[in-house]
Amino acid sequence: MKVIPELCDICGTCVAVCPVDAITVSEFRVDIDNEICINCLNCLKVCPAKAIEEGE
Amino acid sequence: MLKDRYDIVVIGAGPAGSVAARFAAENGASVLMLERDREPGIPVRCAEGVSHKGIAPFIDVDKRWIASQIDIAKLTSPNGESAFMYNNGTGYVLERRIFDTALCGLAAKHGARLITKADALDLIKENNKIIGVKYRYMGKTREVKCDIVIAADGTGSRVGRWAGINTTVALRDIDTCVQYTLAGLDVKKNTCEFYFGNEVSPGGYLWIFPKSDSTANVGIGIAGHLSHEKGPKEYLDEFVAKRFPNATITYTMFGGVPTAATLKEIVRDNIMLVGDAARQVNPITGGGIVQGMIAGSIAGKVAAKAVKTGQFDAKFLKKYRKEWNKTLGNTQKVMHTMKEKFLFMTDERFNNLVNFCKKIPADKLTLKALFMEAVKGDPKLVLDVAKSFIVSKIKLK
Repeated sequence: MKVIPELCDICGTCVAVCPVDAITVSEFRVDIDNEICINCLNCLKVCPAKAIEEGE
Repeated sequence: MLKDRYDIVVIGAGPAGSVAARFAAENGASVLMLERDREPGIPVRCAEGVSHKGIAPFIDVDKRWIASQIDIAKLTSPNGESAFMYNNGTGYVLERRIFDTALCGLAAKHGARLITKADALDLIKENNKIIGVKYRYMGKTREVKCDIVIAADGTGSRVGRWAGINTTVALRDIDTCVQYTLAGLDVKKNTCEFYFGNEVSPGGYLWIFPKSDSTANVGIGIAGHLSHEKGPKEYLDEFVAKRFPNATITYTMFGGVPTAATLKEIVRDNIMLVGDAARQVNPITGGGIVQGMIAGSIAGKVAAKAVKTGQFDAKFLKKYRKEWNKTLGNTQKVMHTMKEKFLFMTDERFNNLVNFCKKIPADKLTLKALFMEAVKGDPKLVLDVAKSFIVSKIKLK
């Protein structure tokens, strides 16, 4: 999974549905660690800004 | 001067965190609040609606943070019929930016410290025991030691995870939300509007919360598992294009609202979770401000007592869980069961519900009556709801 920075509003909704704690959030950015990610797509489905896409 | 040790560190300076900090400080603990953003309350990710009754115990009402006073709720069903409710008590649409800062001011008045632009990075542990917080401030990594961490870091909470608590919310138990603050409107300043239906807002609702005669928070929350190609923004844009074709968007915000029951675990040794981080949100309305403040007040008091008696283990901190369940937690659980039913409500049922409302004189129509009608014909749910009224003595006036 990867975050599209221009679309991401850094709201943290993705973090709440991530079952494996693969997502980190700071004041300025959200990152998905693909080493941890299990491709469940929860984050992609729930992102209100549609700022997450498949791929690394 | 910032100390390198406090009794309690609160992560997140929203309503839950700042009220926890205030009650902990008021009861004798030394408290540091860490806020990731440059000031409390921003970026606003909230429809900003609260009841007077809910916030009054925590802060003197001040017109500086009130945009509008709400006396009427208007419910609109999928077929376009509307019903009005006049009897739910006074409500407000807030200016969260100012409100949250005022709550932090109260915490500070009672002796709590706040630093902004302080981004928590991890918990510091020694032999698996939480002994402090690592955070980033002005480009430097710092450490602060403490006996208790209060995690008030919102929907996207990670602090609980660092402590080993499972904070994951199921897709169906999170509402994915988009909200515009619109200008150039012609709206009734004292009326909140709610729109329901599977074509309008699947598994959630759409709201208009006026901030003045010409501005409003217009937003939508849809259930996470029902968001596909057509997501919350597409639904909202459709609505706005029809209802407010000439409006100007002055603020666009995205966010998520947990609509679950409270997490199974909200305390462990040396740590407590409060507010959205603990999923302490009304699962039907999505309201979390008052819930967070109530949870924060309980957690803050228990934490202060822990400091006084030197008991920081989960067994002692569970007093917070117990008190929370009694106050709102049990009710929230029942409401979550009810929400599950609403998720599968047909448009016809919504239509009937609004029709039912229209038959009752507006001043006699109460939320309780509405809920009772909504759950009619579902014996198990009626029983659950009845229990919630008995167990928690909630008053849905």
